[in-house]
Amino acid sequence: MATRDSGLADIGTAAARVRGLTRAFDGRAVLDGVDLDIAPGEFVAMLGVSGTGKSTLLRALAGLDREVTGELTVPRAVAVAFQEPRLLPWRRVLANVGLGLRAQDPAAAARRALQEVGLTDRADAWPLTLSGGEAQRAALARALVREPSLLLLDEPFSALDALTRIAMHRLVLRLWERHRPAVLLVTHDVDEALILADRVLVLASGRIVFSGPVEVPRPRDRDNPGLIALRHRLLTELGVNTEGH
Amino acid sequence: MPDTANAGLATLSEGRDEAAVLASVAVDGPYTGPAPAPAPRPAARRWRRNRGWYRLISPVAVIALWQLLSSAGLIPADKLPPPTTVWHTAVSLVTTSSPAYGTLQGAMLVSLQRMTIGFAVGGTIAVLLALVAGLSRLGENAVDPLLQIVRMLPLFGLIPVFIVWFGIGELPKIILIALGAAIPLYLNTFAGIRSVDAKLAEVGRVQRLTRAETIRHIVLPGALPQALTGLRQSLGVAWLALVVAEQVNANAGLGFMISQATQFLRNDVILVALTVYAVLGLLTDALVRLLERRALAWRRGILG
Repeated sequence: MATRDSGLADIGTAAARVRGLTRAFDGRAVLDGVDLDIAPGEFVAMLGVSGTGKSTLLRALAGLDREVTGELTVPRAVAVAFQEPRLLPWRRVLANVGLGLRAQDPAAAARRALQEVGLTDRADAWPLTLSGGEAQRAALARALVREPSLLLLDEPFSALDALTRIAMHRLVLRLWERHRPAVLLVTHDVDEALILADRVLVLASGRIVFSGPVEVPRPRDRDNPGLIALRHRLLTELGVNTEGH
Repeated sequence: MPDTANAGLATLSEGRDEAAVLASVAVDGPYTGPAPAPAPRPAARRWRRNRGWYRLISPVAVIALWQLLSSAGLIPADKLPPPTTVWHTAVSLVTTSSPAYGTLQGAMLVSLQRMTIGFAVGGTIAVLLALVAGLSRLGENAVDPLLQIVRMLPLFGLIPVFIVWFGIGELPKIILIALGAAIPLYLNTFAGIRSVDAKLAEVGRVQRLTRAETIRHIVLPGALPQALTGLRQSLGVAWLALVVAEQVNANAGLGFMISQATQFLRNDVILVALTVYAVLGLLTDALVRLLERRALAWRRGILG
């Protein structure tokens, strides 16, 4: 069992601190001694090919995996947005955003969050009537409404169409700049990581094999020349040959 | 036709959403607001209004054919009296109280009362047991094996035992109805609770819901569709149990009316009583479907 501390007191300067995190499924180590620090307000993107344990690490940070071993320190206020929106279909959008919210006026807080993601007019809609982009924005609102110090994003844009994804990238950056949570974004999209993050990690064979800052100021364009070298490096780390075709 | 109209609406609203996403980011010019919903076409509306009547055509045709064949002498009246006779018998059973049968409405009330009490008792116990079994492993291990055994007992085979235990009064009838109603409702509610999407349960954990909140917001609403399916099934079984129970030593009710009529060879009275059973069954089923439409309004998104 992992020692899991939930309390800002222990954290000191980090929004999340992971030491020697290990997780095995049927004897196969998916996470093999991962060390990771995320600074308060830092936007970290984690890349990795399928099955390298990206989601496993994120689920451990979210407290959804109790079989991990190692040391794990996260703040009390952690929020998660999953690949699928995971809205309760039987609660209207507003109630979904306010689900379990311990605020003085949960409905008002939920309404403000919906306004931030531009969904005010869908507050009373049933989730099944939302488009993919709307549903994912509602899920973001549900995550943000509890003012998290650590926001975990598990490939939340991967199921969206290209145009909606661009819009979502900008929305997430805007929200992050306003609220400044530490963010861990798990993705398999190198460009997404380069456009959004302060720092990019590569997870391979259960370990973090690369960690490097993205030094181009935002807003970034995917064909920004400053990103070329890092993109090559990341693709190489991910096992994609970029030299000649 | 209405399907086409709906599909058109869906496309429109999707298009509008994409426009909204883009507008919120960059394009501030061309987006002017939600597109007006197209008015339903008159033909489609008329079709929808008439749909209920269409469904009456085949039953009415069968009754007409029955009447025709009876009038032509092809169906012997002592075996199957014509619809007109059944109707006149029904009217006289309602308007006059005969010493053999009492009145139709009196019999119906007695039967309805048995059904209501039996169903309420059985339904309540079923839901409580399903909650106990569905919400904890301990509860499942305690409750489920017993109910699986009871489920396999032949319901109507229990009647002789019930007579020995509870006599021939109201009690064995009500227990039979309650048992018949309880089993499908229990099975479906239990399965509904257990089939709640684990991904949604994780949302509950991430949002730090208490156990009570998780049950209220995630487990119970998630189990409701299947529980309502179980409710309809158990209503069917309960009506069946009522009919059978009332054949056994009843001295009032629709079943008593039928057994009296059997002795007097009054097939018309039997048909009237059977029709009342059927109508009551249809009415309760319609009631549950109305309840479903209300409680599961959130599903309209997928059902159109």
